[in-house]
Amino acid sequence: MIEIINLTKSFSGRKVLDNLNLTIRTGETMVIIGGSGCGKSVLLKHMMGILKPESGQVMIDNQDIARLQGERLDEIRVKFGMLFQGAALFDSLTVFENVAFTALEHGMHDEAKVHAKVREKLALVGLRGIERMKPAELSGGMRKRVGLARALFTDPETVLYDEPTTGLDPIMADVINDLIIQMHERFSVTSVAVTHDMTSAYKIADRIAMLYEGKIIEVGTPDEIKKTSNPVVAQFIRGEAEGPITRTSRLRDMQDHHEEAPYERADRA
Amino acid sequence: MHTSLVERFGGFGTRFMSLLRYVGGAVLLFVETVLWCFVPPFRWRHVLHQMMQIGVASLPIVFLTSIFTGIVLALQSAYQLQQISARLYIANLVALSMTRELGPVLTALVVAGRCGASITAEIGTMKVTEQIDALQTLATNPVRYLVVPRFLATLIMLPLLTVYADVIGMFGGYMVGVWKLGIGHGVYINMTESSLMLKDVTTGLIKSVAFSVIISIIGCYQGFVTGGGAEGVGRATTVSVVTSFILIISADCLFTALFYFAF
Repeated sequence: MIEIINLTKSFSGRKVLDNLNLTIRTGETMVIIGGSGCGKSVLLKHMMGILKPESGQVMIDNQDIARLQGERLDEIRVKFGMLFQGAALFDSLTVFENVAFTALEHGMHDEAKVHAKVREKLALVGLRGIERMKPAELSGGMRKRVGLARALFTDPETVLYDEPTTGLDPIMADVINDLIIQMHERFSVTSVAVTHDMTSAYKIADRIAMLYEGKIIEVGTPDEIKKTSNPVVAQFIRGEAEGPITRTSRLRDMQDHHEEAPYERADRA
Repeated sequence: MHTSLVERFGGFGTRFMSLLRYVGGAVLLFVETVLWCFVPPFRWRHVLHQMMQIGVASLPIVFLTSIFTGIVLALQSAYQLQQISARLYIANLVALSMTRELGPVLTALVVAGRCGASITAEIGTMKVTEQIDALQTLATNPVRYLVVPRFLATLIMLPLLTVYADVIGMFGGYMVGVWKLGIGHGVYINMTESSLMLKDVTTGLIKSVAFSVIISIIGCYQGFVTGGGAEGVGRATTVSVVTSFILIISADCLFTALFYFAF
């Protein structure tokens, strides 16, 4: 279970997350929706301890991940897999070295075993025979699937997806959706996906949470969300230009989206 | 009037704070890197790869800069020394200038331009494409994985490149002195040998060790603070090279003064 309690985080003086509370149950697929640059990815990065909260806690199985360091933190991270928006494959390494990264870095030296496992994970995402290729030779959809294979390599209990379908054609997006559902059904992993693609959200979610102005303003099943009485959520899920989510705040969000987190030592711990 | 003062000093304060943050961040990165250097397992394969990139691949450009510097030094000093019929001393001048000053500094500047820039561009690109975050999610410390090999490789290769530059530079002087100005081969070698003392070479090497720390740490740090896509990577690379250049030149001044008064 992931419990986020009163989480606050600011960048350059602007509160991106403001006393945010959210609980993700073991085994469920939680989809977090919200506009571009509203802090969805920031929230996701807190769940793996990549970013540290200003205040509040992120409890993973009753341990506050923000207080953990070094090996204890790595122990938790191995139970997680994360698929990044742009896949974030290491472009100096081959597909094989990418997928098997944890094994190669952390001294699993039985080569036959590693090869078998890489083949298994690639097959899981519908790829084969591309182990020797470099990420630059792959298409966007393939990169995402290799990224997913890498995230799944350690058989994680929880998988985090940062905009899994963004930038893909509708068919490839649906392939990714099916993979996320498959992970959930076959391996009963806990999934947290961040997206603004409502088709994908309705398809994969057990529950949907809407992030707006640093807070979770509504949580519910896809059906509950569709019938929402909250005008902000209603505007967002229908994709309307006019409504309570004003143009000015959207513009501001888009500008702030380009500001990166300042260098913090703790961020790299 | 009152507001403008506040604005002026407020801006100054902000800039001062960001300078402090930069220095603090770079120092912390340095300390963290040194600590990780002593934690096994060691990734020698990565260090060797970086040594190839930083050291071996820099040989041609270091050769060119040093040989031309040696030639120019010899010609310029001949122009002066001829007036007092002291052409023989070209050998001493070239040997001392190369080992004490130009060998370490020019090599460091060339390596900062060539490798410091590429370190920043590489790590900066990894930062903006979330590869640094991905490293962390794969339970791998980015400082250990990315900085330590580059730090060690520069630390080993820059002094070696400096010795190489010293020798090539002196050879440039020899070419002018012996083949053009008619100083005897034996005489030139003798003059060079007798003028050089061990401390001339070692002070140069101490400098190059300090320069290597500047190049790798600034290169990596600037990569880690990169933000804002391709444009950000370009900007970070420029800042990295400029900062390294300034720090190398100032450190050189500091060390030269220190050695002058200490030895």
